[in-house]
Order: sequence, then structure tokens, then C-alpha cells
Amino acid sequence: MTEAVATKAILRPEPVRAHLPGAMLAADRLFSRTVQATGLLVLLMLGAIIVMLAIGAWPALRAVGLPFFWLPQWDSVNEQFGAGIMIYGTLVTSVIALLVAVPLSIGVAYFLTEILPDALRKPIGMTVQLLAAVPSIIYGMWGFFVLAPWLAEHFILDVADFFVDVPVLNKLFDYGSGNSIFTAGLVLAVMILPLITAMFVEILNATPVVLKEAVYGLGATRFEVIRDVAVPYGRRAMIGAVMLGLGRALGETMAVTFVIGNATRLSPNLFAQGATIASTIANEFSEAEFGSLKLSALLGLGLTLFIISFIVLLLSRRFVQKKVV
Amino acid sequence: MTQAPRMSSLADVVTRQNTLAGTTPFVTTRNLNFYYGDNHALKDINLEFPAKRVTALIGPSGCGKSTLLRVFNRMYSLYPGQRATGEVLMDGDNLIDPKIDATDLRARVGMVFQKPTPFPMSIHDNIAYGLKLHLKLSKAELEERVEWSLRKAALWEEAKDRLHSSALGMSGGQQQRLCIARTIAVKPEVLLFDEPTSALDPISTAKIEELIAELRADFTILIVTHSMQQAARCSDQTVFMYLGNVIEVGPTAQIFTNPSVQQTMEYVTGRFG
Amino acid sequence: MSASTTRRKTINRIVGLLSGLSAAIALFLLASILYTLIARGLPAFNLDMITKSMAPTGENGGLANAIVGSLIQVAIGMAIAIPIGILAGTYLAEYARDSKLAEATRFVSDVLLAAPSILVGLFVYTLLVATTKTYSGFAGGVALAVIAIPIIIRTTEDMLQLVPTPMREASAALGAPMYKTVTRITWRAALPGIMTGMLLALARIAGETAPLLFTSLGNLNWSTSLGKPMASLPIAIYQYAASPYEDLVQIAWAGALLITLGVLLINIVAQLVVGRKK
Repeated sequence: MTEAVATKAILRPEPVRAHLPGAMLAADRLFSRTVQATGLLVLLMLGAIIVMLAIGAWPALRAVGLPFFWLPQWDSVNEQFGAGIMIYGTLVTSVIALLVAVPLSIGVAYFLTEILPDALRKPIGMTVQLLAAVPSIIYGMWGFFVLAPWLAEHFILDVADFFVDVPVLNKLFDYGSGNSIFTAGLVLAVMILPLITAMFVEILNATPVVLKEAVYGLGATRFEVIRDVAVPYGRRAMIGAVMLGLGRALGETMAVTFVIGNATRLSPNLFAQGATIASTIANEFSEAEFGSLKLSALLGLGLTLFIISFIVLLLSRRFVQKKVV
Repeated sequence: MTQAPRMSSLADVVTRQNTLAGTTPFVTTRNLNFYYGDNHALKDINLEFPAKRVTALIGPSGCGKSTLLRVFNRMYSLYPGQRATGEVLMDGDNLIDPKIDATDLRARVGMVFQKPTPFPMSIHDNIAYGLKLHLKLSKAELEERVEWSLRKAALWEEAKDRLHSSALGMSGGQQQRLCIARTIAVKPEVLLFDEPTSALDPISTAKIEELIAELRADFTILIVTHSMQQAARCSDQTVFMYLGNVIEVGPTAQIFTNPSVQQTMEYVTGRFG
Repeated sequence: MSASTTRRKTINRIVGLLSGLSAAIALFLLASILYTLIARGLPAFNLDMITKSMAPTGENGGLANAIVGSLIQVAIGMAIAIPIGILAGTYLAEYARDSKLAEATRFVSDVLLAAPSILVGLFVYTLLVATTKTYSGFAGGVALAVIAIPIIIRTTEDMLQLVPTPMREASAALGAPMYKTVTRITWRAALPGIMTGMLLALARIAGETAPLLFTSLGNLNWSTSLGKPMASLPIAIYQYAASPYEDLVQIAWAGALLITLGVLLINIVAQLVVGRKK
């Protein structure tokens, strides 16, 4: 034992403690409490959003009852409110967006990962990511000033003429205007295109090289390798990516508000003006007074949108755990 | 993993060699048991670690040697569900008693890890980090201590001109010696090495082994290693473990040339493990 | 070469052509957007834009008040979001990886990340505007913070999880208490990634319009009062773009160009920060 004591004496000259005993412990506890409280705050924030939307929507929900969530009526003058028309507009524009953007994204992703020379992949991949960051109001303006006039002039009349005698299709593609549900769907498609493409590229690149090489080794073509290896390998993640794109399209406000015409009436014609939940809220909020039933109905629309996007998020989480910011 | 009956009978025949001749035990474990949740990972460990000697812990993967090492600085207390029972005595203190402050304990028992773990800061600050945690030093004293520990870790000549550049720019072997310097800077009494050379090339390994031989003059050292040669070269005492039991302990020369348990013989000659 | 091989090769070629065609379409659409932005924005992109406030048509106004308003609200948003986002991300990564509360917080953060931004506007409206009976720049800043928080949480957590566990253990083994390890070692190790997250959040909220519609509302006059309606670049663009006057529309395009350049610049810087780490 003497040796041990001697060791101590040599090695620990004057142990002036840097901290009072317990001071570090207290600081440690304070920090961990703060951090935990912040986590809790974030948790409460979502609770608060739901509760405040629900409280705000309550007068309208009580006046109309549960049918608020599906009744296709929106009459500010007579205070007859329902979300049906906007839910229809929201879903149809988003479906159009997906129908256009998903095949295009798959093509672009295939081109970026398989066809493009190696040297160009990185810069072009970065460009795609940058485009995904362009504010949505820019897409809205482009839709309003470029796409809608072009469609009105070169597309809508011709398509409506073409389908005029075809049953069903002549109802879907009837004469209409440049600002329409169809245009809104296209603008959303262009907006989510970079987003979905970036995720697809990431998924295709995540295929293990050994797997791909094994199939190339069997004499498969480029396309067959993607079809038989990369796509099955990344299928779940790709569905998740589409869901995330859908979620973005469903809740988008600015890109839609510019081009949809904001008409709260129901029409099967895709070339007719329409409204989505988000565009209606953005458009009519300024007309609603504090405490009015209309304001409550708009908050009810918000609650509806929250429920829809929540369901889509749950679905997307079933496929991908990791999210792309 | 459940314990095979054959092994428990082996544990029974452990012949406890007493400590090396002419040394005093500096750390002693009594009935030390360790659990990962329900998994009983260390079973009744009774060992003595002599002062200013190197003890090597050897045994196949999963035998509990790293677990045992991590008991001495209570590393396990970072993780919920891990607990130790029994006693680890040093200077009359039971190190695993929660009443002993873990941060104080770790100033007395330093640890060097498998892979070099330089912090993302300058070489100088890597060493100052630990010092500032425990001691109130003047600027001059701090600089003196930094130089002392770098010299002690045989790194001073290579590092003195780049003290304020990032530690991440050093080679793996240099980084590991920096980690050693960082650990000895606070002047602990015990040094724990957890496979300190398994990520290094042979030349760096040789340097670390030389260093351990020098540090032996000032510190009580425990080293976990997979390399039989390293245990034979560096240590005075060797502990052979298997499935959470100490199978045999004794002077290194004896363990490697004339072990008393068949299983030890098979392991050190490479026929098992 | 067998017939089936020829067929397979043809299919491969057709798919290649189709993918090239999609790329061309996508490129054309995006080029059209950028071209429009530059062609219409550049003519009005001048010093007046940043020196003069918004003014009625024919009076040669600018966007100075909107730019300043945006800067103020984005600054408020980031000032609130950075500490909350980093602390909550730290909680998830360092303190409670697998606890029930962490699981719930992580889920909620994901829900907020995916929630339409207009809902955030409604939320802050009911929280701060309906209660005080006035639209305000402060409410706009809070709305932007709610958008930025989940982005910062997510990147902070991801980046902290990339820090190897032995680094934390090495710090603990030197006798550092947890808060020292977190603040001095893990935060520092993850700094480039966390910075990137903050920049991405900044870029995102700088271009957000919907959450400001019913919080800061917009203001045609110069005002830096946090308690009053405040102009912002996206709202000003929205107001002007929808106006029937050509001069105002042109200013809207100039503003759109400015905001896009700003957002893209922040994103490029963010990518460089990550790139430098590698």
C-alpha cells in the first residue's frame, strides 16, 4: 500500500479542483432538463395545432354537423359550408400532378443514373436538388403568366374539340379556361418533379453495386438490371417518395392559388375553374371577420387538410423510415 | 448465451495464482458480477491487479474481457440496463459504489479505446479538454502539462510545431498516441487500454507497445488484447477469460509457457478461440 | 445473335430514348421557369427595388419595405427555431434515443415537417392574431419558426447520430459530465451538418408565403414595428403579381428573381458546407 500512496503523491501534485463538488452535477442536470423540456415543447406544439384548429372549427362543425367534411356546398352569403368541393379539387389536382410527375421522374432518374456520362451526374444531380428548393410562389407565377395562357391558346380548345363526341371524356375535357383544375395539377406536377426525381435518384443509387454487377454478369441489358434489380430493391422507398410528393401537392397553397381560378363550385370538367382546400383558405381568409361562421368554416377546412395530409404521411412512413428534408 | 455445464466445471478448477512476487495489489475485485439486462456477463470475478505492472486480459470474443475493463471506470453507467455488483477496491474505495462520483473516478482511472478517438479540435485542445474538466490551472501550468503529457506519450517531437492544428489531420498511430497523452494528462493512477492497437499498422503498434512499457513505471495498467504476442510482449500478469469466467490468472511467462488449465493452453497456442 | 437478344437490346434502346425524352421535357419546363424569371425580372431588377418602398402604380415604387420586413421576420423565425430545433434534436439523439417520449417527439416533428405550411399560418393566426386582434410582424416570425423547427430538429438528430459512439465514450472516460460531452464534443463534431440544416431551414422560410398570409398580412407602407402588420417579399410578390398593372407585375418578377437567387445561393452554400466536411 505504501507504494500506491507514493504514486499518488508524485502524480497528483496539488489537486486544485476546477469545480466545486456538485456544481458540474447541477449543470448537467439543468442541461438535460432543458433539453427534455424542449422535446416536450415540440410535442405540445403539434397538440396545440390540432386543438386550436378543432376549437376554431367547432362553431362551423356544430352548425353543419359531421357532413361538413363531405358536403359539396360553399355559400358565404347564406352561410352554408362544407368541404366537399375543395376536397374534390385537392384530390383531383394532386392526382393529375402524380400522373404527370411520377412517370417523368422515373424517366429522368433513369437518365440521370444510367445514361448520363459519369462526369455530368454530380452537377446535374445537384441542380435537381436546387430546383427542389425554389419557392413554390415562383411555380405559381410561372403557371399564371406562362403555362395558363399557353394552355388556353394551344391546348384546351383543341382537346375539348377532339373529345366533343366521346362520352365521359367530353364531360372531363369540356371547354373551359386557362386557369383551371387541370392547369393547377400541371403546375403541381412541375413543382414536385425535382423533389421526386431527387429521391428516385438517391434510391436507384442505393442499389448495392454487387447486386447490379451480378445481373450484368448474366448478360442483362441496362434496362433489365434496373427493372429486375434496382426497382424491386428500392420499391418500398419509391412508393414512399411518391407519397411524400403527394403530401406536398395536397397542401400546396401558392402554386395552386395563382392558377386554379378559385371557383367554389363542383364540376366534372377538368378545364373548369375550381378550388383546393389550401387555395380557398388563402383566398377567402381576408374576407372573413373575427368570430364569423365563415372564419370557423375556413379553420374547419384547415382541420380537414390536416387530417388528409396526416393520413398520407402515415402511409408514406409505412414505406420509408427516413425522410428527405 | 447460456453457459455450458462443461465450462462451469472448468471454472471450478481455476487455480488462483497469487499476485506477482514483490508487488502490492493496487486494484482488487471481489465477487464482481456484471449484467447486460438479464444477460449475466461476468461471474464472480476475484482478481488483484498489482501496482505499476501491466495486466493483460485475454480470451476469445465475447468472453467478457472488455466488459471487465469497462467496469473499472464505470463506463457501463452511460447505458441503461447495465449494472455491476460486488466490489472493485482501490485505495479503500469501492469504485462501483454510486456514492463515488463517476467523473472523479474517471480522473483516477483513464481509458484508451480500440480506435483512435481524437476530438474535432486542435492537438493542444484535445489535451487541455480533460485537464480543464478537473483542474484549475494557470495558462503556464496548462502549457507545461500539455508538453509533459505529449512528451510522455512520445508525441512531442512530432506535434510541437502543429499544436494548434486539427488533431484529425494526424496519422492513426499519432492519433492513438494523442489519445494516450490526453488520458495521462490528468495523471490518473490506473490506465485501461481496450485493444489499443487493433486499428493500427505494425509500426504504429510497435510504438504503442514501447510506450506502454515506459508508462508502466508510473501507472497501473490493464490491457485487453486479441493478440497473444502483444500480451506476451507487454504484460507482467495475464488473465485468461472465457464466457464471463476467469479461467486462469498468473505471471505472463507462466500462462504462456506452462498454464495449469488445459483450455488456457489451447487458447494461447491458437488451437481454440 | 438470337432474335430474343435483338429484341431485348431494342427494348433497352427504346427505354433509353424515353428516359432521354423525359429528361428533355423536364429540362425544358425548368428552363422555361428560369428563363421567364430572368427575362421578366431582370428589367426591373435595379437599385430602386432595394431603395424605394412599395408604392401605387405609376409612382416608381420598389420593394425596400418588403425586403426589410422579410429580413426581420426570417431573423425572428431563425432566432426562435435554432435553439429549439438544436435542443430538441439533441434530446432525440443524445438523451432519449429509444424512449417513448422521444418516439412521440420524433413522430410529431415528422408530422410538422410534412404539414402544409398554410396550416402553420392558421395555427399562429388563432394563437397570436385572433387573441391580440391584430396582424403583426412578430406573428409572421413565429409562423416561420414553426416551419423551421422540424427541419432543424431532423438534421440535428441525423448529424448527431453520425458522431461515433466511441467519441462520446472517450469524453466520458476523461471524466466529462454529459452536458460537457454534448456541448464541447458531439455538437462540435456535427457542426457542419447542423449548419447545413440551419441553412436549409433558412432557405425554406425565406421563400414561404402561405404562413405569412394571415399572420404578418403584408403592409404597403414602411413599418418595422413588430406589433403591426409587416410587409414581406413573398407577400409583396403575391400582391403585385395578381394586380392588373404592368409596372407592379414587373416589380413582382424582380422580387421573384431576387428571392430565387437568395434561396439558391443559401442552398449552394449549404451544399458547400457539407462538401467541405467530406
